[in-house]
Amino acid sequence: MSCDFSTTLLHAYFDGELDAMRAAEFERHMETCRECTATLGAAESLRASLQRAQLYETAPPNLRKKIRAELKVPSATSGSSSVAAWKWFAAAAAILLVTGVAWFVVPHGHTGMSASAVTSTEVLDAHIRSLQAGHLTDVASTDQHTVKPWFDGKLDFIPPVRDYMDEGFPLIGGRLDVLGERNVAALVYGRRKHYINVFVWPTKEPDTPIHPAGSRQGYQWVHWRHQGMEFCAVSDVSAQDLHDLAQLFIQ
Amino acid sequence: MSATGQGKGWDVLDSQDRARFEQLVLPHLDAAFNLSRWLLRSRSDSEDVAQEALLRAFRFFRGFNGGDARAWLLQIVRNTCYTWLEKNRQVELMTEFDEDLHQQSTANPETLAIAGDNRERLARALETLPVRFREVIILRELEGCSYKEIASITSVPIGTVMSALARARQRLQRALTQPAQQEAPREL
Repeated sequence: MSCDFSTTLLHAYFDGELDAMRAAEFERHMETCRECTATLGAAESLRASLQRAQLYETAPPNLRKKIRAELKVPSATSGSSSVAAWKWFAAAAAILLVTGVAWFVVPHGHTGMSASAVTSTEVLDAHIRSLQAGHLTDVASTDQHTVKPWFDGKLDFIPPVRDYMDEGFPLIGGRLDVLGERNVAALVYGRRKHYINVFVWPTKEPDTPIHPAGSRQGYQWVHWRHQGMEFCAVSDVSAQDLHDLAQLFIQ
Repeated sequence: MSATGQGKGWDVLDSQDRARFEQLVLPHLDAAFNLSRWLLRSRSDSEDVAQEALLRAFRFFRGFNGGDARAWLLQIVRNTCYTWLEKNRQVELMTEFDEDLHQQSTANPETLAIAGDNRERLARALETLPVRFREVIILRELEGCSYKEIASITSVPIGTVMSALARARQRLQRALTQPAQQEAPREL
């Protein structure tokens, strides 16, 4: 190969698994490298074929029945609990149906944020990185009066920081992060046992309402602009939860 | 492996656990079946293996720490498949998959597109891949797993997932564009 960009990294880029900086580096490289452009095109073509061919094979209905029957082996449990068990069955069946349908209706494509310079992949990467590296916060505090001044002098803007403990979104802390080669503030909120990253950076664009949630790989994100700031909240909590938090920022 | 001294596996779970299992794990039965179908290259075998994996998952459910239920289940499914392959088709696990990456050339996109439009051919090409390549393609392209999820399901570092995927895609492209060369032995 004449190109010095490794094939492995190319595929990581293709899968949206490169961090924002390296992805940007690769995009610059692509502008001049025909070999990488061709390899990427081949990977895209292969993915399109795999999806068109509908190779996913779902479990036959009788298998589901058999497993259900096995799991329901009547042990010495009382009769009253079996009523409860049936209710759970119905609930589980409903969930099964919903997730089954959702899988086909919502493929893992890119949605939302298309107008923004920061890609969803970058936001998801930043979120996942923050959870992986054990580096969720640079300043850990539930006190907005501690977190907000911490950003002072570290960024060329001051993000709005408020605790929403009473609304069910306790502030956990803040951190500096990088999205699309720009420094951003990351505010970390809790939601039950989950974490939400709210990325904030300044913008000259006019306000936009809360964008419908995007979703990929089990993560959701919502995006909005408000009073000269651009926001993106990302988490594995429900889209509704993210929307509720976004509302609090706008109020 | 079995719940020794505690009676039959499912007896150790009370009804609450059972309900949680039905809620969290059973919805991923399709994913379990799909993975085993492609690892074993057979629908009928994978029915048995998927069923065994689900029952095994049920027995181990107490050890599930509440993370990603799909990844947790798929890890068990994968292990069950490998155990089955070891017992029944050991040859397949011995296929070397450490192939030189450099001698590849990028497949012609048009040839690739035409070949890829044939479902039967695509399925067969996929089945010719060594199982360790096949599994990353299935998990990534069909199941939509992230590298991190694939790493936990297949118990390898993320870097290994990355390079396996890169190689797997190249192998698959080659199998598609130069067909009928090295068909894997089909079961009878």
